Parts: sequence; C-alpha cells; structure tokens
Amino acid sequence: MSRTTMDLWVGVFVAMGIAALFFLALKVGSISGSDIRSPYTLSARFDNIGGLKVRAPVKVAGVLVGRVSEIRYDNERFQAEVVFTVDSRYKFPTDTFANILTSGLLGEQYLGLDPGGEEKTLAPGDVIRKTQSAVVLEKLISQFMFNKAAEGEPAPAK
Amino acid sequence: MSEPLVRLENVRFAYGERAILRDISLSIPRGKVVAIMGGSGCGKTTLLRLIGGQERAVAGRVMVDGEDVGRLGREALYALRRRMGMLFQFGALFTDMSVFDNVAFPLREHTDLPAELINDLVLMKLHAVGLRGAARLMPGELSGGMARRVALARTIALDPMLLMYDEPFTGLDPISLGVIGQLIRRLNDALGASSVIVTHDIQESLQIVDYIYFISEGRVAAEGTPEAIRNSTDPFVHQFVHAEADGPVPFHYPAGDYATALVGGAA
Amino acid sequence: MVGAIRRLGALVINGVWQLGFMARFFWLILVYSGQSFTRIHLTVRELYFSGVMSLLIILVSGLFVGLVLGLQGYETLQRYGASDSLGTLVALSLVRELGPVVAGLLFASRAGSAVTAEIGLMKVTEQLKAMDMMAVSPIARVVAPRFWGGVVSMPLLAALFSAMGVFGGWLIGVVVIGVDDGAFWAQMQDAVDFQYDVLNGVIKSCVFGVAVALIAVFEGYDCVPTAEGVSRAITRTVVSSALAILALDFVMTSFMFRG
Repeated sequence: MSRTTMDLWVGVFVAMGIAALFFLALKVGSISGSDIRSPYTLSARFDNIGGLKVRAPVKVAGVLVGRVSEIRYDNERFQAEVVFTVDSRYKFPTDTFANILTSGLLGEQYLGLDPGGEEKTLAPGDVIRKTQSAVVLEKLISQFMFNKAAEGEPAPAK
Repeated sequence: MSEPLVRLENVRFAYGERAILRDISLSIPRGKVVAIMGGSGCGKTTLLRLIGGQERAVAGRVMVDGEDVGRLGREALYALRRRMGMLFQFGALFTDMSVFDNVAFPLREHTDLPAELINDLVLMKLHAVGLRGAARLMPGELSGGMARRVALARTIALDPMLLMYDEPFTGLDPISLGVIGQLIRRLNDALGASSVIVTHDIQESLQIVDYIYFISEGRVAAEGTPEAIRNSTDPFVHQFVHAEADGPVPFHYPAGDYATALVGGAA
Repeated sequence: MVGAIRRLGALVINGVWQLGFMARFFWLILVYSGQSFTRIHLTVRELYFSGVMSLLIILVSGLFVGLVLGLQGYETLQRYGASDSLGTLVALSLVRELGPVVAGLLFASRAGSAVTAEIGLMKVTEQLKAMDMMAVSPIARVVAPRFWGGVVSMPLLAALFSAMGVFGGWLIGVVVIGVDDGAFWAQMQDAVDFQYDVLNGVIKSCVFGVAVALIAVFEGYDCVPTAEGVSRAITRTVVSSALAILALDFVMTSFMFRG
C-alpha cells in the first residue's frame, strides 16, 4: 500500500471519528445544557427537596433556563439550600416563586420558577425566599389515610 | 602495528549464577579478519554482544577504539554503534520493508542525505553483494543466502570500522556459504574495516581469516594463524579441525558411572 | 499448605515486579515519543493498522448492539408506558458504558493482539536487536508509534461505536416499531448532557486506549522470543486488556457517576 493511500484512509478515519464525536455532542446530547453562557447563580431554601438531584433542570414556563449546581443542608435554618445556575439572558423578578415539581407522575424532579410582578430583578447570588417544598408521595398518602380515619370515627380519644 | 581496534581484558560474564565467560583476553587488530570458534553454546555470541554493548561484563574491560564499552552512557554507546555493523544469524531483515528500504534504513535514520544520494548509495551497497536486481523484492521472497547478503549490504551501509558476524555460515548451501565467505573477506579489505566472525565452521574460516581464537569453557583454549592451527598438535584444536566426536570435548554430558546407573535403575 | 502460601507469595511478587517493569516501560515510551513524533508518518501508519483496520468490526458491532438495545429497551419501557424514553435509554447506555467498554474490548482483540504479534515476531527474528545495534532505539522506532496509534484510535472508534449504536436504536425504535421520532430525539437530548455523559464517556475511552495500547506493546516487547512465547503473549494481551478495561471502568464509573 502506498503512503498516499494510507494517508487518505487515515484521514477518512479521523474525520469520521470527529464527526461521530460531534454527533454525540450535538445531536445525542444537548451541548446547551452545560453551555449556559455567562451563567449566574441563585439559590433557594426548601423545607424538603424530595428527590431533587444536582444537575436537575431549572425551568420557567416549561423552558429550560439552567441547572441545579449544588444542594446542601443549612445547619442554622434546618433547611435544604439549593444553588442553581441560570443563563444571564434570563431575568427574574425578586418575588419569583420556586417550586420543586415532578415531570409526569413518576418522572424526574426539577426546579420550577414562577416569576412574580416586581420591577426589580434578582441579582447574582440572591436567595429566593418564596418556595414550596416537594410533594412527597408518602406524606400525601398518610395524610389522606388520617383524614379518612378521622371521618370514620369522630373525635378519637387523644 | 598500532593499538588493536578491539581488546578484551580478563572479561568475565555470567547470567545470574551461571558463568558463561570466565576469563577471556583477546584482541582484534585493525584491518584483520578474526574468527572466534568454539562448540555450540560456549558463549561466542555473548562475546559479540559484549563488544556491541548489548551486555555488560561482570568483570574485566571491553575496549573498542579506545573506549570502554561497559562504561559508556546511552548516547555515547549509540554513537559508537554507528561505527559498528553486526550481521545477525538469520539476517534479521525488517520484514515489513522492501530490500531497498532495509538497506536504506541506517542511512535514513542517521544521515540527512537527499533521496537521490541515498538511492545511489543503496544501489552501490546492493551491487557489492550482487543483489542490485533484487532491490524491489520483499524479504519474504528471498532465499536464506540472499537474505544474508542483503543483511550484509545493510550492515555496511554506513561504512563501519568494525564488522561483527554472528554465525554467518549457518544453514547455507555450499555455494552460498562460499559466496558469503568471500564477501566477508573482500568487504573487509575494501572498507579498510576489521571483522570478527563468530562461527563453528572451521573449514570455511581457515580459508578467509587472519587469526583464530578457540573458546572452551569460558576461556581461550587455543589461538593462532590458520597456518598454525592446521599444523597444531593441541588435542582440542585437533579434535575441532578434524571434527572428531570424542576428545578433550567429551561426547558424554557429565554423568555418573554408566554401569552403576543401569544396575541401580534395575534394582 | 506452605506450598500454596509460597505460590501466592511468588504470584504477588511477580505481579508487582511486572507492574513496576510496565511503569518503567511506559516512562520510556513517553521519553522516546518526542523522537518518534519527528517521523509522524510512522504513527500515521499505525493509525491505519489499528484504526482503519478496526473500523468495520466496530461499525458493524455498534449497529447490532444498538439494534438489540432498541428491541430490549422498547420491550421493557412499554410495560411502563414510557416507550418515548427509548432514545434516552439507548443513548445513555451507549455513551456512558457500552460505547467505551465494548469498543475497547473489540479493539483489544482486533488491534491489540495484532500489535503484540507484530512486535513479538520482530523480537523472535532479532529485528529489534538489529535495530538497537544500528543505534536506532526500537522503543522510539517500533513501540512508541504503535502505542500512540492505539491511543488516538481508541476514542475515535468508541465515538463511532456509540454513534452507530444510537443509529441502530433509532432504526429499530422509530423506523421499525414506530416510536415517535420527535420524542425519541427530544427526550434523548434532554437527558444526555454533553459534559456529564458524553465527555465522561470520551475520557473513559481515552483511558482504555492508553491501557490497551500499553499492554499490547509491553506484552509484545516482553515476550519470550519463541513461537510459543509469542502466542502466549497474544493471549495475555487479550486477557489482561479485558480485565484492565472492566476494572478501570468500574473505578472510573464510581468516580464519575456518583450523583
């Protein structure tokens, strides 16, 4: 085999490999997920975050605007603190409401933001105060059962 | 005569506990062809590896052109090896390159000569061994004798000062054997080099070499010019030259008494 | 009993000695790499032999693995009414695990064994010694190009394997079974993160490339120079490469995908 043929084949091989890498990066994965341009961080405190994980999506009106970057427990407030990064293209009023929601009945949990009506917007590093904890299925069920039980036998001896 | 090109002084070499060479002193004068002979496995090839710096002596010195091979660093050793050529037992041609590229290999690795000049040099070397017409063949297409001649052309590509031949006559038909023998002599004289041949082919060597060393049990057992060797009365040399089965080199590997072993085994 | 303990001891000593020898060899390859990069066509040649020659087996296997993932994944997912997530399942399994690991195993048996055989045969026929006597370092001339050829080929082959697998999953899921095309790609893109999944997969395949290439050249260079020695070295290359890939995969996975 002459050297030029070999060079050609190696060139084709390397080009194919790089094309495959691009395919994986752009078509299979979403490079946008981590390529949030000049991101800024916000945080929110919750009583209960349920099954929220690091890297969970942050959505506003169903649009992906960022990802959860860190979850930690605040020793003084006894609350969970969720730190997340959002694209600097997006602005949110100071009275924005943060929820932990579930996509579908059994889907993954994500951080949903509901913008309020204030003029001023949140600056990098700000903390969202209005939050609603995750819906924990077990609690719902036990609540439901207690209610049922309460209806069944009025005024239990307690 | 000036200082010999290669001089071994009281060289001792061992693989672990097993001593191969016990105490060897010999010298290879400039411009001469010297044969080192001995039975199979007596450490002849090791001797070449010591001169080439692929092994280091346990004791004693190996001097090549005034340098102590055993003490050279990697760079200096490689610099020295560029002036040496070694022909391996079966040629050791690079099987993935053509004959031409094999001979061109040392030139391309060690010089910055332009392609046309390399082309001319390679054809000259191949012509010297009579194989200019085989330049485009692959090593797999050559006979044993031709492969060794190509390897010889590759060995002399850089015009070395010292040529080493490891069993150059093994496995060749009588014609190829004679051709290689004549080439060794002619190339040595044409290049003004010195040659060491490690072999056990006594008859061919007697015709082409200037001096012969016999090695046995890790020592130089006998030495002399071909003339002296032919007329030698030394029993070891006599046995070797006349290919006798028994003599100072015994037919039997050392063992206990034969009768005892048989009777003992039966009992 | 004592014999068994002694054998265990010998095994451990031998293993440690071998590992140290390998590390030293790795260092030598790195030292001589500069020299071999000045002759880049030597490495290009090895890219041809280990990369281009492995292309067919990698592409075909990738396609089949993707097809099987598509079938099995659909079978399981549709029980939970989640067949739209087929793309996610196929892509994540390939990009994170199957791509690097299976491509690595195939690469070890296709290209790694060939490299070991080639270097081993060069040792048997004294070509390496002859090169050394001609003042040309066999590590720079023979070993380093083969090593780098393997290291560069491996991630490219793994990416091709994964891409081909995703294509296979799409073929079965969307074209044959009829999963919605938009849902297939959208769910996949939503779940597969470039940095977390794709990049970690690429890192894995690079590490496997180094491991397989190092084992292959080492076993060839270190083999007993006989026909039997070479065949044993080839077997050892395939077996140790497979073990190294699986063990390294476990270690890397436990560091990368903890969260």
